[in-house]
Amino acid sequence: MSGHSNYEPKTGIERWLDARLPIIRMAYDSAIDYPTPKNLNYWWTFGGILAVCLVVQIVTGVVLAMHYVPNSDLAFNSVESIMRDVNYGWMLRYIHANGASMFFLAVYVHMARGLYYGSYKAPREVLWLLGCVIYLLMMATAFMGYVLPWGQMSYYGAVVITNLFSALDNVIPGVGTAVTTWLWGGFAVDNATLNRFFSLHYLLPFMIAGVVGLHIWALHVPGNNNPTGVSVKSKADTVPFHPYYTVKDGFAILAFMILFAWFVFFEPNALAHAENYVPANPLQTPAHIVPEWYFLPFYAMLRSVPNKLFGVIAMFGAIALLFVVPWLDTSKVRSMRYRPAARIFFAIFVVSVLVLGWCGGKEPDDVVIAIGRDAAGDPTGLSVTVFSRFFVLYYYGYFLLVLPILGLREKVLPVPDTISTPVLSHGGSALPTGATAEASKKG
Amino acid sequence: MVETTNANPNVDPGHSAEPGDGSSRRDFIHIAAIAVGGVGAVAAVWPFIDQMNPSADTLALASIEYDFSKVAVGSQASIKWRGKPVFVRHRTPKEIADAVADDHAAMRDPATDASRHKAGKPEWLILIGVCTHLGCVPNLGGTYGGWLCPCHGSVYDTAGRIRAGPAPLNLLMPDYEFLSATKVKIG
Ligand code: HEM
Ligand code: FES
Repeated sequence: MSGHSNYEPKTGIERWLDARLPIIRMAYDSAIDYPTPKNLNYWWTFGGILAVCLVVQIVTGVVLAMHYVPNSDLAFNSVESIMRDVNYGWMLRYIHANGASMFFLAVYVHMARGLYYGSYKAPREVLWLLGCVIYLLMMATAFMGYVLPWGQMSYYGAVVITNLFSALDNVIPGVGTAVTTWLWGGFAVDNATLNRFFSLHYLLPFMIAGVVGLHIWALHVPGNNNPTGVSVKSKADTVPFHPYYTVKDGFAILAFMILFAWFVFFEPNALAHAENYVPANPLQTPAHIVPEWYFLPFYAMLRSVPNKLFGVIAMFGAIALLFVVPWLDTSKVRSMRYRPAARIFFAIFVVSVLVLGWCGGKEPDDVVIAIGRDAAGDPTGLSVTVFSRFFVLYYYGYFLLVLPILGLREKVLPVPDTISTPVLSHGGSALPTGATAEASKKG
Repeated sequence: MVETTNANPNVDPGHSAEPGDGSSRRDFIHIAAIAVGGVGAVAAVWPFIDQMNPSADTLALASIEYDFSKVAVGSQASIKWRGKPVFVRHRTPKEIADAVADDHAAMRDPATDASRHKAGKPEWLILIGVCTHLGCVPNLGGTYGGWLCPCHGSVYDTAGRIRAGPAPLNLLMPDYEFLSATKVKIG
């Protein structure tokens, strides 16, 4: 999409089209001839996997919408009819429901890859920001999609999430209530809410597709980062996208599809909640409500704070932090391959997010570390809520303390001059720290 | 590019409204057009925002009448009003006494038991059954004998006052009046 083009139209019709709408040229430059660092590992295949996930969700979603009825009296039964009566309806719905989980699995790997290899650093800040926008839109889409079957989890998920905005009442009294009433179109989550969620659930994936276009555009201007974090210096550092990465991505997509298919055909409800096969009942909340697994770490953050407003702030803040990562990290070395201390902090960060996810799925008063027993013989000790606070603190600390301070004080390993150096010699040149920082900054 | 020479050769390029004040008629037209367009755009957006607010039929949801004669002492009925549950709880003398005894305990949203029910009817506690944290429906129970919210563990006492957990406020009271010895009108 940028820079020099090597496309040469071969036939008359290609020349004719190229002079009018150079669309083949664009495809050629960005998917065939596009120069790509030659050392990309499998962590880089998740971009392609994500594109496939989006297409799968849109295709299955559009056909589900042919049978789904967005009405609070009919929605639950229409989904049951998709499961029992519509030809292959069970498969389409299981692909769509598990597809959302696969989508989030892939996006979390993709984001962790970016954090580890410093892909958010100059000149890729806009690329990273667009990725964060996609992630936000994905969360909104998945949340509203999960409401559509109108089961108990759907309903109370919608209740709890829309009520997050009622915390605004603690800032300016009345504003929170006005916002939630506006979101609901009534005095509670009801038919009006379901209808608008369906409309937006249909719309947002196409907005995601649009932002993905910008994301890829912003990728093709600076080009890919790579595991060394060293910028491409010459043509010797790159290979054309096709066939090298079409094949590598294709292989990864197939491997991913095996996992996806395993869920769809063997464990289609492993990631779902039995409660959601009970129709929504506004008069009775289920005993244990939990969001989908991909929201659990944020849910744990919400619950870790005993104050309503600050709980909501802790949760949204955790997402907001992602947007400013490029300006929080002070290290000039992109890849953590050469930042041994950063690597340890990053590993603890990943573990913290996983532990928070585990906490989000437990009841707040469950005891993690038992110290004694109460009169009734139940264990007492460190509760999930208190336990999760340590990991919330680390999550915030990682972004607000580790990233800014570590970059200024850490000792980095020698960074190779070019991508090709470690590929050819399996080692880095012994440059002093200052010089290596310079070397990677030049790119 | 667009042709930039003036279509009317008799008009000088400056278009001075009054010679010497530096502003031109074209500047005025630009500012006026942008202002009118801006106000128009805002006016056009409002209907698209306001359509999401409750519609006339939702707002018109009438009040409901409920015959509470079958709610036994110590039990509670949940009825639906404006899409939300309303609890009609028939309190035991002990539950009332517990609530009154705590009237001056430290509370997040202090209220006396007397302010939570209609005068002379302490046995009937009528509350909106929506947790003031994030909107779940609390279940009977909890350490204060009132309600326990299953979502994030807010604990309410036998007067529906918040005693522990993340909820900021006591359970809200709907507008209601007793029509007879067995009927109440809510809303
Ligand atoms: C970003 C892409 C998308 C994501 C992450 C997503 C996610 C979800 C989720 C989590 C559900 C609930 C599944 C369940 O538990 O039953 C759902 C349901 C649904 N989605 Fe999507 N979706 C996406 C795109 C679409 C699109 C483009 C449409 C097109 C109209 C669509 C139509 C539907 C319909 C009709 C349902 C209700 C049927 C059902 O529950 O299976 N989705 N979606
Ligand atoms: S909704 Fe009741 S405690 Fe959160």
